[in-house]
Formats: sequence, C-alpha cells, structure tokens
Amino acid sequence: MEFVFDWEANEENIRELKIFIKENKGKKGALMAVLHKAQDLFGYLPIEVQRMISEELRIPLSEIYGVATFYSQFSLIPKGKYKIGICLGTACYVKGAQEILEKLKEVLGIDVGQTTPDKKFSIDATRCLGACGLAPVMMINDDVYGRLTVDDIEEIINKYK
Amino acid sequence: MMTIQELNEIKERTLKTMELRLQKKDTGKHVLICGGPGCHSSNAGEIKEVFEEKIREKGLDDVKVTLAGCFGLCETGPNVEIYPEGIFYSRIKVEDIDKIVDSHLCKGEIVEELLYEGSIEDGNIKPVSEVDFYKKQVKIALRNCGIIDYENIDEYIALDGYQALAKVVLEMTPQEVIELMKEANLRGRGGAGFPAGRKWETAFKYPADQKYVICNADEGDPGAFMDRSILEGDPHSVLEAMAICGYAIGADQGFIYIRAEYPVAVHRLEVAIRQAREKGLLGKNIFGTDFNFDIELRLGAGAFVCGEGTALMESIEGKRGMPRPKIHRTAHRGLWGKPTIINNVETFANVPAIILKGADWFKSIGTEDSPGTKVFALGGKIKNTGLVEIPMGITLREIIFDIGGGIPNGKEFKAVQTGGPSGGCIPKEHLDTPVDFASLGKLGSIMGSGGMIVLDEDDCMVDIARFFLDFTVDESCGKCVPCREGTKRMLEILERIVNGEGTPEDLDRLESLAETITEGSLCGLGQTAANPVISTMKYFRDEYEAHVYEKRCPAGSCQALLEFFITEDCIGCTKCARNCPVSCIEGKVKERHVIDTGKCIKCGTCMEVCPVGAVIKR
Repeated sequence: MEFVFDWEANEENIRELKIFIKENKGKKGALMAVLHKAQDLFGYLPIEVQRMISEELRIPLSEIYGVATFYSQFSLIPKGKYKIGICLGTACYVKGAQEILEKLKEVLGIDVGQTTPDKKFSIDATRCLGACGLAPVMMINDDVYGRLTVDDIEEIINKYK
Repeated sequence: MMTIQELNEIKERTLKTMELRLQKKDTGKHVLICGGPGCHSSNAGEIKEVFEEKIREKGLDDVKVTLAGCFGLCETGPNVEIYPEGIFYSRIKVEDIDKIVDSHLCKGEIVEELLYEGSIEDGNIKPVSEVDFYKKQVKIALRNCGIIDYENIDEYIALDGYQALAKVVLEMTPQEVIELMKEANLRGRGGAGFPAGRKWETAFKYPADQKYVICNADEGDPGAFMDRSILEGDPHSVLEAMAICGYAIGADQGFIYIRAEYPVAVHRLEVAIRQAREKGLLGKNIFGTDFNFDIELRLGAGAFVCGEGTALMESIEGKRGMPRPKIHRTAHRGLWGKPTIINNVETFANVPAIILKGADWFKSIGTEDSPGTKVFALGGKIKNTGLVEIPMGITLREIIFDIGGGIPNGKEFKAVQTGGPSGGCIPKEHLDTPVDFASLGKLGSIMGSGGMIVLDEDDCMVDIARFFLDFTVDESCGKCVPCREGTKRMLEILERIVNGEGTPEDLDRLESLAETITEGSLCGLGQTAANPVISTMKYFRDEYEAHVYEKRCPAGSCQALLEFFITEDCIGCTKCARNCPVSCIEGKVKERHVIDTGKCIKCGTCMEVCPVGAVIKR
C-alpha cells in the first residue's frame, strides 16, 4: 500500500525537526537522535524527510537510508494509531506468544509489520520487553497487557475500535 | 559543588526518614510498592496513588508511601511491603487497598488473605526476608532495588551512595583504584566474563587526549531483564560507578547506550543524571578536585547486534550497528578511535560496593574463579518468575527449585536455557552444576547476561533451537558471510525438521554448519549463534531423531507432526464435526466420532470446542 506524505499537514512538524537538527548538528553521532526525533514526530521516516535530513546534516541519503533500514524501530511506512507490539522473547514464546500473535493477525487481518488500511492498528513482533514475569505480554501504545490467553484478544482489540 | 561534609549531612538527614524501612524504628508505618518492570506494567503507579488517597482520608500522618525499585518476585505482582514488620502482600488490586488501610494500617491487623502465599508457614506469618524466595539471595548489584525511592537521589546517598566516588577522587590514585578492581576480580556480567580491572588497566596505560566510558545497557537477550531492573530501581549506582571508572582510566565523558524498548528506564536515568548534575556529583570539579565527568544517554533503535561492543560504538557514532574487525582493542581504540571502556549495567552496579567494602569482602562471596554474585532473571515454566541475585557457585537446582519454587502444574522439568541466543540448554542430569563462568561453559552453555528460561516436558527442544535461530537470522547484521548465510541455512533445516520433512543428512549438515559458523564469524553474535543447536543436539539428540526418523514430536508441540485423536470419552454431541472447517470428522449422534487424519489440517478447532475434553493430540 502507498502512503503519500502530506507536506502541508506536517508543516509544524517539519519546522520542529529543523530546529532539533540545528541544535544537535554539532554533536558527534547526531544522526540517530535526529532519526528518533523524526520518527516521533511523523510516526515513521518518510523518504521526503530522510532527504531533508540528508541536506541539513550533510550526510548522503544512501547512508541515512542504510541506518533507517538497519534498525527495526525505524519504520518506512506509517504505523497505526494503535501500535501493537507483541513480545516474542523466549519467556513469552514458551508461554504461547505465537498463538496470541496468530490470533491477533486473524482478528485484524494484517501480518506482522503491516498497518490496517484505516491506519488504526499495526502489529510488530517485538524483542523482549523485559516484563517476563507477566508472559505472554503485548503492548498497545503504552498500555501493557500481561498473562494473555488467546481468548482475551478480541475483547482487548474491541476496546480500541 | 558538593563537599564530603555536605554528602554526609544529606546521608544523616535522609537516613532518619528511612528508619522504618530499615527496621530501626517501630512507631509508624511505611508502605513500599514495587515499581519494577512487571509491577509497573500492572498498575503499580495507580496503586500508589490510591494508597496515598486512602491514607489521607483516614488522617494517618505517620504512614509513608514509597514507590521503590524491583522487589524481584514478579510472579506475584503487584507487590506491596509494609514496614517495620516486613509484611509481604502480593497480587494487590486497587480494590484490596481499602482492606489493607482499614485493618493493617489503622488497627495493626494483618490481612491474611492478601498475604504472599509463601509467607505463611505452619500458621505463622514470616517477614519478607525469611521467605524461601529471598532467603538464599545475596544482594550486591540489587542492594538498593526495592528499598529506595529511585527518583530520590538523597535516598541513594543515605545508603552510602556516592561515598565510593568521594573516596576514590579524594583518597585514591587511579592506579590504586585499578589495583583494587583487579584484586577483587570482578568479571564482566554481560556475558563473556572478562575481568573489569584488567580492562580498565589497559585503557589507563594507553595515553590519549580523550577517553570514554560506556555503559552497555542494550540488554537484548530475550528473557533477561536484570539491567532494566537495576537502571529503573537504582540508576545512581550505575552513574557513580561510571564516574569511578572515568577517574581510574582518565576519561571525562561517559555514554549510556540504552535500548529504546525501555522507555521507563530511559526516563528514570534522565531524572537521575539531572539530579546528579544539580548536586555537582556529575560535571566539573567533582568534590572540589580537578576531576570532571559527565554522562550522556544514547538510544538504540532495536538491533540486537548493538549489544556487541564494537557495533554499539558504531551505533553511538550514528552509523549502522555493524561490528568491527578486532584489529585493535577497544581499550586502545574504541569510540571515535579513542581508548574506551565498555562494561555492562550489572558490572557497574557492583563497583561502588567493592570500592567501599574492599576486595577481600567481595572475594569472600562466590567462588575463587568467579567471585561475587550474579543476577538471574527466572522465566518460562517456573513458579516464581522474577529476579534473583545469588552468590556464584550455588547450583542450578537450588536456583530453580529452592528459590524458583520448581515447575508449575505438576509438570516435569526438562531443561534450563541460559545465555539467550548465545547460550544453550542444560538438561536435568546437570542440575547440580554450580553456577559460575567456567562450569556453564563446560556444559556448552554460557552464563550470558543472566536470562534463565525453564522448559518443561511440553517444550520441544528442536523447536526451541529453531526459535533461537529465527532470532539470530533476524538479528544478524549481514556483514560477514558465515553468520549471514550460515544461520539462514541452519534455520531452513530446522524448519524442515519441525515440519516433518527432515532427512538424516540434515542432522550431519546442521553439525557441520554449526562448526563453520562458530569458527568463521566476525563477532560474538555469529560465533555463538550455533550454541542453541549444538547444545540441544548434544543433550536431546533423541528428539531430533524422533522428528527425522519417526516423524514424531515427543513433546507434542510441533503442530505438523501431531495427530488429533478422539478418545472413548466422546459423548457423541457432534459439536466437533459441525465445527470442523474441512469436514473430516464423522460419527453418529451419541456415538464416538472419528477423525480422518488424511484430511485433517490440524487446526485444533475440535479440541477447543469439545465439551468433555475427548479430543487429544498425540
């Protein structure tokens, strides 16, 4: 699915990012911080924004694209309004996280790494969230759901619909 | 600027406010709420607010409420302790708070039904320190976790915080610090176990205009959350230790590289760094000397390989986190080509205690080869999931059964996985192995960062190996061929095996690939990537063979190799037949039904809908 970047709607964000870049330009290794900021502002890293960062930081676009695609937290497509992260760490896996994930995919009709067409939900399989005592665990934005069973999923998703 | 006198004044003053918690006073009450990773996620913040509200309503002026770091026993969270008695309440819900306030805080009557089940023995209520889970633990790295308010630097100072830094900069030379660290033989807690003192000495002896200290907080091993707990429960211990390291090697700048998956830890570190700067404990002229040291946070972005030292430095430099060939030691040429010390969170958390109490004290704990303690995160099929700190040298059996409480639901222990994707699975015949760096290595596993995942009879060891390879393939950075291509091929073979398509040659191929990847990879990720396969093939070869030769999964876990079967318990209700998506179940009403295994797609629907549990997997 193509997502078109809306310059007008993001005018304010662009300005904020430019200020952030200016403030951090002199810092060694500023690129990671800038990309984090951009991801926070836009929810993903549109190629248009990467191009702008390239010009502002005087770093080749190829290098920026390389960094943006290397790290799994950076995304090239918009994430849903509700970002679902299901933990596939070992403790969650042995307690049935895979089945939870399958159910989630079934309920939302999308695969891992995808976003629903209405941009409401996206699913990511995350690395260990460090809440192994609650395994299996998933997060929807900042809310943590622990000790999940397959039967809980539909009800939880319905809360956000 | 802070002087030693001011530091001591804060200490004395704050200690007075902590007497209840330290059981030095018995009038009044103090409610401690666990704000560790697990409890934080299950509403500890709200519990604290409700406690405060109710206490205000009742006008209980001598009751204090504190949100502290991780108590360790995540299984029973949210956890609450009440001092001075040390009463341990578990699984507390907001609705329970009224009862605790009314009975315990107002009348001094303990609410027995909310107590942690392990704190009642023969009708007597034990204080938290006597509970089996805590009894065998010795806390050094976690010494302040669960006791102090993590966002209050004064409470850290009260429990001897920043005294070690003061002692070092005011009374010791860098050489003396390094000698002490070498003498204590603190080995790196991040996995490899390299002695911190020797590392520091290398950087100290290498002259340069700029040196760096890095704290590796990129805790990526699945199932390990000790670093997260330390950073969230006692962030200052890490800051203090980094400054001590900076003094010892001659660095004035530190970086904490922390994974972005830990937003709570990031926030608490930001608060801690700001407080330390305000007090002059970080910054210029620390304790009035000419020693300067400051710390910056750098966030990862979800790449496991960045836990590897050189990849981590690449990432701080703003590049893709790919490991460097090890031509130079990082203690000589690390971050931006300057001498750099990288230690992990738990290693640093030990340092202030060693400086204050001395090398002999530290060596009196643990074993000769591995002095001190190690924090483990117990997870998986174990009763008491949580965080434990034990002296090195106690056995796996003690950790899993005495402290961890054994396996739930009457299942049988099968293996314990240590060291994450770089480690291995240790079977039950080796449960009496003492836990130290050398012993675990001999068994084909590693100490690693301290994740300990317990597996029971329902876990298929081939599938566990597949799970870890899947992880490694995803996380391999792609720089060197053995890791990039080799792990992928191994994963394909393992997928074939769990799907019942494995051949006998596949087993040989796995072994030969494992050897090549181990020998030929550039960094630790690749060099250890095959360990989960090697160790499961060594101890559970029969399971691999059952998959390959008999097309059978002994643990009953691999979906493709299972057969669904309707037992004689069937009451003939027809529910399974009606729900089967491929109509492969036949049978008359009130008669036993039969599954046509040739047509069955093994979706498991029949098993789910059967009202009498007559459908089984075999």
